Amino acid sequence: MQTFDLGKEGLRALNSSLHALKGQTNMTAWEVINPKGAHAIAAGVDAPVDITVRGSTGYYCAGMNKLATIRIKGSAGPGVAENMMSGTVIIDGDASQYAGATGRGGLLVIKGNASSRCGISMKGIDIVVHGSIGHMSCFMAQSGNMVVLGDAGEALGDSLYEARLFVRGSVKSLGADCVEKEMRPEHIALLSDLLKRGEADGKARPEEFKRYGSARKL
Amino acid sequence: MTEFPKTPPRFSATFTPAVNAEIRRAAASGIYDIRGGGAKRQLPHFDDLLFLGASISRYPLEGYREKCATDVWLGTRFAKKPIHLEIPITIAGMSFGALSGPAKEALGRGATAAGTSTTTGDGGMTEEERGHSKTLVYQYLPSRYGMNPDDLRRADAIEVVVGQGAKPGGGGMLLGQKISDRVANMRNLPKGIDQRSACRHPDWTGPDDLEIKIMEIREITDWEKPIYVKIGGARPYYDTALAVKAGADVVVLDGMQGGTAATQDVFIEHVGMPILACIPQAVKALQDLGMHRKVQLIVSGGIRSGADVAKAMALGADAVSIGTAAMIALGDNDPIWEEEYQKLGTTANAYDDWHEGRDPAGITTQDPELSKRFDPVLGGRRLKNYLKVMTLEAQTIARACGKNHLHNLEPEDLCSLTIEASAMAGVPLAGTNWIPGRNGGF
Repeated sequence: MQTFDLGKEGLRALNSSLHALKGQTNMTAWEVINPKGAHAIAAGVDAPVDITVRGSTGYYCAGMNKLATIRIKGSAGPGVAENMMSGTVIIDGDASQYAGATGRGGLLVIKGNASSRCGISMKGIDIVVHGSIGHMSCFMAQSGNMVVLGDAGEALGDSLYEARLFVRGSVKSLGADCVEKEMRPEHIALLSDLLKRGEADGKARPEEFKRYGSARKL
Repeated sequence: MTEFPKTPPRFSATFTPAVNAEIRRAAASGIYDIRGGGAKRQLPHFDDLLFLGASISRYPLEGYREKCATDVWLGTRFAKKPIHLEIPITIAGMSFGALSGPAKEALGRGATAAGTSTTTGDGGMTEEERGHSKTLVYQYLPSRYGMNPDDLRRADAIEVVVGQGAKPGGGGMLLGQKISDRVANMRNLPKGIDQRSACRHPDWTGPDDLEIKIMEIREITDWEKPIYVKIGGARPYYDTALAVKAGADVVVLDGMQGGTAATQDVFIEHVGMPILACIPQAVKALQDLGMHRKVQLIVSGGIRSGADVAKAMALGADAVSIGTAAMIALGDNDPIWEEEYQKLGTTANAYDDWHEGRDPAGITTQDPELSKRFDPVLGGRRLKNYLKVMTLEAQTIARACGKNHLHNLEPEDLCSLTIEASAMAGVPLAGTNWIPGRNGGF
């Protein structure tokens, strides 16, 4: 286990060490201590490593992540896992605005709640939120899957393209061109897999969710 | 009965035949007009400025024998690897999607041969463009189509696009006709549907967030790349100052004559300011912050000739950028295709329905047959020639003003032909020492 004290060594040194890990490496386990809400922690990692951040993070933690598994043992600031390409980001606490924005792949798991604009403009990422999500979530979402065990705020899925949204609780309002759609067997299967991978299979059953998608009228 | 002469037909200056035709078109269709290009209306522009040339008080340089350098450094503020270009005329961002793959290749070829940079666009980075561009600027746009860390790292600079001159406050638009399989794949969108890019970035709002966003991009790219911030000509004094505050290495400022692939005509013609009015405000912001020449300023929007380049630089820009002019150099709107323009209900030099994807010149299209008409090698050569001519023209003017580098041109080398241009550019009306409004702010 590589332990990195962010308070002592600084962000540049952390990210530069993580960027030096190319492809396969035997230094697969990393721990970041004293994050103290710093921005851009572990942004731009491109290696199959496991990074645990012990505390809360500022903006853009795990931004553009590729391959890495990043665990935040606290809450995450705005834009966590923005434009993620692959890998997994798991947040034990809550996530601020724009979680998973424009994400193109991989899995983002938020065990608490997510604020507004969660999954904005998502392009292939899977997002599983154990709690609720705020307003304008999945705005212009292009592809990928959003799973919300709690409720969704106003204007869910406004100007949606082809992303699939699954919400178990209430939806305050749907955005322009977003409609409820039929849950077919393939959606149950997909949701069941997402709940499992999102560490939420003990918390909810796929049958409890409603599916939302684009009316394709804009 | 005596016949008196009749009042001859009189057209309204307000309701001109063109205005009336548009009212009829709108009434018949119920659809607003979308087109490509920049503002077509008459605007105060570089044509309203003149160089004074050398005289007894300052002496000129010999046209062919004395050196007049043209190089420019961009991104010297924070980037570990700033860019050094041989000429201060760059190629503006134009998307793959709006333009064909071969057209993007030609831009790369021409720019590289001339010693300058090209810029991606809303559609992501193509292999044609990266492969043929020695120096490539990668745009970071609200849509984030195709955005990925690998392309960020193989770019030579990154341009965070906040706005563009043709439509400050507006997002992109690519109509379904141009969403081919390849374009759809690069943008993660279904084929053939109209695509509307967002006008705001998805994960930051305001200058404080922008500062953190720029820091994140620097972290991802290990602080190597220059980071530009592109703004449309709306509030250039404040936008420039805020871009500097947010950590930009370079500010790119685009006036309303700057083109777009597709936007509502009403937006293009009625939102934003001409580049002439924008440059002095941006320069003043940089000077007020003590950052002029430290954060470089690239200006665009209606640059056509070496005279325009020289005038923009005399007003304080470090470099200029061309889009529409580069397309014309490649062969856009060429009268050799007149017969086909006529079939599309238009004429050469006026064709602006680029969004329809039926460009006879094969440049603003994704149609494989039309694209074949365009030869990227020839196009690249034409662009190189044009860039060379512009550079020589700018040098001619600079030498006449006694300058051994284009960057030594200054507002004192200029006078203005109109009161409007004088007030906007902040240079005296020709034959006077008068700059309107100078005692009452800028």
